Amino acid sequence: MDWVSIIESLFRGLIGESFIFFALAAIGLNLHFGFTGLLNFGQAVFMAAGAYGLAMMVATIGPAANRNFGWDLSESTLFWLGIFVGVIVFPVIFALVMGIPTLRLRADYLAIVTIAVAEIFRIVVRSPTPGIKKWTNSSDGLTGFSGTFYDMSPFGTQDRYLFNLFTGNQMFLVMVGWVVLAIVATICWLLIRSPWGRVLKAIREDEDAARSLGKNAYAYKMQALIIGGIFGAIGGMIRAIGFSVAQPDNFITDVTFFVWVALILGGAGKVLAPIVGASLLYGLLNFSDTFLRQGVSNDLIPDSLMTGTQVGQVRFMIMGLGLALLAAFRPQGIFGNKEEMALDDR
Amino acid sequence: MTGDQFESDFKDDLIPDAGPLAGAPGDVSDMSVAISDKIVGVDSVAARAALADVAWEPGAKKPDPILIADGVVRRYGGLTAVDVEHVEVQRGVITALIGPNGAGKTTLFNLLTNFDTPDHGTRTFDGHNIDKVPAYKIANYGMVRTFQLTKALSKMTVIENMKLGGTGQKGESLWRAVLPFTWRAQETAIEQRADALLDRFKLSHMRDEFAGTMSGGQRKLLEMARALMVEPSMVMLDEPMAGVNPALTQSLLGHVTGLRDAGMTVLFVEHDMDMVQEISDWVIVMAEGRIIAEGPPASIGQNKAVVDAYLGSHHDSALDLDTEL
Repeated sequence: MDWVSIIESLFRGLIGESFIFFALAAIGLNLHFGFTGLLNFGQAVFMAAGAYGLAMMVATIGPAANRNFGWDLSESTLFWLGIFVGVIVFPVIFALVMGIPTLRLRADYLAIVTIAVAEIFRIVVRSPTPGIKKWTNSSDGLTGFSGTFYDMSPFGTQDRYLFNLFTGNQMFLVMVGWVVLAIVATICWLLIRSPWGRVLKAIREDEDAARSLGKNAYAYKMQALIIGGIFGAIGGMIRAIGFSVAQPDNFITDVTFFVWVALILGGAGKVLAPIVGASLLYGLLNFSDTFLRQGVSNDLIPDSLMTGTQVGQVRFMIMGLGLALLAAFRPQGIFGNKEEMALDDR
Repeated sequence: MTGDQFESDFKDDLIPDAGPLAGAPGDVSDMSVAISDKIVGVDSVAARAALADVAWEPGAKKPDPILIADGVVRRYGGLTAVDVEHVEVQRGVITALIGPNGAGKTTLFNLLTNFDTPDHGTRTFDGHNIDKVPAYKIANYGMVRTFQLTKALSKMTVIENMKLGGTGQKGESLWRAVLPFTWRAQETAIEQRADALLDRFKLSHMRDEFAGTMSGGQRKLLEMARALMVEPSMVMLDEPMAGVNPALTQSLLGHVTGLRDAGMTVLFVEHDMDMVQEISDWVIVMAEGRIIAEGPPASIGQNKAVVDAYLGSHHDSALDLDTEL
């Protein structure tokens, strides 16, 4: 057994790229579900919004605008414009599309609409129809939008950093990711302990009570949906930069549920929960992946039980088992408060 | 007995101004101080005295109505839940809305607070037409309601529940929320007011507990105290006594009369006749969606329409098979 690679992989999970993407998306989902009580099953579409907002601005929309209007926007200008489009414009549009028809209704309608919007967006983006493929490049996805980002990297591309965990480009991405994550977590923390956050919690507990005290529940729910969506979009954008590709199949429904797992693991309704939840989730996934692979390749696990190609599936089985145990023995998550959870409306 | 005869028979027996227990139970003498400095003095004694000249009939005109509803109809499919031609609520007094189960009390209550929209009709509160006003804005006009199933916000602490009630909070805007120095001062003021109210309602010992750990009666008190954070001119209580331990009843009654003595108007829906008799200044009786009687509490028990509504119109005559079949 190569314990060094097992431990390296564990640490990559705990603090690496996947942790950052999913922690950001889970902070957004925590604002939706943990604080406002909005059932969002389409967090993946907000992540896709961030990824495609940037990718399309740099790779398709920007060059098309340069051609058609005779503009001369450089790639780096388009990159910054793309960040704005991906972080603000697209998520706001998606939040409005989801929220306007459903936020006046019961929570389950939003759940249905979010999952539908997420799938519709993914399938449309995947479409091989020329009119759409021109902008999104179908299932191959868009590339060539992350150059500006990596050009800013101070790290040598050939060197490895942080105990050999990351290459130079990865190190730069992870460092920027940590800073962004810290900023987003701080904003979330500030929001939650403000009177604004208090109104959100009141809406989660009882919308009518909030309304009877003069709070415009609809507007607050919309604000929460937008802000949480923006956080998710930041996560999706960093993910696309990390992979250097924005591909529709990176934003399938499973992605939404990983975000949910990270949130539930940490404990919905606590500011630090999504961060720790995402870290543990990817620590566990990476650890079990490398551990099982090592076990199979060193013949500690017989081929009759599991082959190397099955490891990818088995680690999710382990994760499922872990979740079932969590639900049975610690339903409030790591940070949750059991007494608080037991306080359901009597 | 017709309404007029009945009215003249009983009117002399009633004390026209203050009710029998006005301002009595509980220690509520300095209520107005704790509640707010904003409330303008409505002289509740004068307001009650003015009721003496009001006719004892459904839809009676009041000398100084704060809430008026006209032609309010609410249908659920073929069922007409509420069909009220005209009703006025006098400012500065306690009005009870009673009626048998299914009479449409809570529906009317929801219509008056805009938590439900009528099929037709107009409603006016304190001079504002509120037909098109969303429910959350009603609170800003000075009308606040509580709920039949108490809505204590379980997973928030008692003090958080209270602070939520403050209106016009700067920190409730998204942009200011992330800049604590823009709302800190106001928050401190709101917290002080909340603490004073908690003291008044004897809930200070629960201040930092989750509201979900409170008993049913304490939740009613919290809901009422929270409503007062809005600094309302009118408080609408939906079954304030439902599910309250009898030991708390007196203190709750004291708080309700305290609201009136502090110059607020109170309208409540209630099943508990003792409470109605004890604290209300005026009673509106509903049955089958209509208002069938109005008058001071002592008059209601004798009113034939009311007795018929509660007990059936043939409750005191032998069954006549020919008319029944």
